[in-house]
Amino acid sequence: MRWGRRGAEVTAAADLPRTALELQNVSHAYGDRPVLHDVTLTLGESRVGVVGANGSGKSTFARLLNGLVVPSAGTVLVDGLDTRTQLREVRRRVGFVFQDPDAQIVHPTVAEDVEFGLTNLGVPADERARRVEDMLARYGLAGHHDHPAHLLSGGQKQLLAIAGVLVMQPQRVVFDEPTTLLDLANTRRVARVIDELEQHVVVVTHHLDLLTGFDRVLVFEDGRVAADGAPAETLRWYVDRLS
Amino acid sequence: MTLALYVPVASPVHRAPAGLKLALLTGLGAGLFLIERLDVVVGALVAVAVVALAAARLPLRALVAQVRPVWPWLAVLLVFHLVVTDWRTGTLAVTRLLALVLAAAVVTATTRVTALVAVVEWLVRPLGVFGVRPARVGLVIAMTLRFVPLIAERAQRIREAQAARGATGMRLGMLVPLLVQVLRLAATLGEALDARGADAPVSPRDRRAGAPAP
Ligand SMILES: Nc1ncnc2c1ncn2[C@@H]1O[C@H](COP(=O)(O)OP(=O)(O)OP(=O)(O)O)[C@@H](O)[C@H]1O
Ligand SMILES: [Mg+2]
Repeated sequence: MRWGRRGAEVTAAADLPRTALELQNVSHAYGDRPVLHDVTLTLGESRVGVVGANGSGKSTFARLLNGLVVPSAGTVLVDGLDTRTQLREVRRRVGFVFQDPDAQIVHPTVAEDVEFGLTNLGVPADERARRVEDMLARYGLAGHHDHPAHLLSGGQKQLLAIAGVLVMQPQRVVFDEPTTLLDLANTRRVARVIDELEQHVVVVTHHLDLLTGFDRVLVFEDGRVAADGAPAETLRWYVDRLS
Repeated sequence: MTLALYVPVASPVHRAPAGLKLALLTGLGAGLFLIERLDVVVGALVAVAVVALAAARLPLRALVAQVRPVWPWLAVLLVFHLVVTDWRTGTLAVTRLLALVLAAAVVTATTRVTALVAVVEWLVRPLGVFGVRPARVGLVIAMTLRFVPLIAERAQRIREAQAARGATGMRLGMLVPLLVQVLRLAATLGEALDARGADAPVSPRDRRAGAPAP
């Protein structure tokens, strides 16, 4: 049975322990435009932040981590899984939250959208319903079950997008500027949500406050890691460099 | 503007199977256009309104909102008939359309999009032999309902931005920024679908069995 066998492989991959995100001599170019230059990193921490100027390669780096971008050269390993050859397993392991929630909400109403990923995973209907309710309650959307998604506030949309990813129970979550379009109150709300996650996270952001409690921060500059270390020093280095 | 018009109240019409509601809607549509008697058509309109307000417990406001966009067309149609044919034919045509629009509104207001999409997926299942994937068809419909209002809203925002800078009315120049936004949206959307596992279709059998996606 074709589905069953491949399904078993994925299940086995889901049981893999979280070890590290590894980039080995990774370079990437869009067409002939180089964006990342020979990056080698091992990220074993639970909270990793990424900062850097516009166009420095942060989003490209983030997309490498769940195989949305496969590097032109080098290897990306997620807990030992190669994003080039084990894409499905990697995608199931790593959730991805984008900057613009409007672009990642695909169903017209709130509950239907949260359910989407579970349907793709083949989760049975009664369990889907239970997990969706659980997520909506956790993110303050329980009263908006059948609400049209485009009538939500910006903050609620981002929470919905996050719920749609977390309901699939990934081991890791990558956030690419999750708070850029939000006001201060909603930025704090999303920061708290990220803070409370049991998952390991990588957060790309221009909101440096988000990264205060983090284990490690990377500063990207022209496609290279220019600084790497504890948030206090790295962020100070980054801010000093701008002034 | 919204196309997802589900009105969440508990009613027998809400609980009725989506397939049945769509079948009745289709039957009503066919029937209305075969019958030439004004009294029967008016009766149908009244019956639909009663179902909407009494059985489905829909607020009058929601129904009016649904019918409002078609008013101008109905008016044009009536005038056309008054000029070309006679008032009776005109009234018949307008009442027919009104009954149908209202009935369609009742179906969309009482049925979740997922349920409607499931019916469509069931209907296109025989096309599977030609390589059509029903789940894909369903996803396209759901996404259309999601993105039409979103894009309309973005267009409105661009119009406002241009108006703030002195431009008036609809201008061709509006299309360029809109196109840019839609393309950017589409690029991220494609990635989001990948990231959320939409590329991993589960066969209906495995979906029932709860097997993990391949
Ligand atoms: N799909 C693509 N095709 C071609 N070029 C791209 C693509 N995506 C990004 N780029 C280019 O690659 C470079 C790095 O982009 P990237 O999105 O990784 O930067 P970033 O650090 O995330 O910037 P920002 O802070 O603006 O989000 C930029 O110069 C960008 O124009
Ligand atoms: Mg970016």
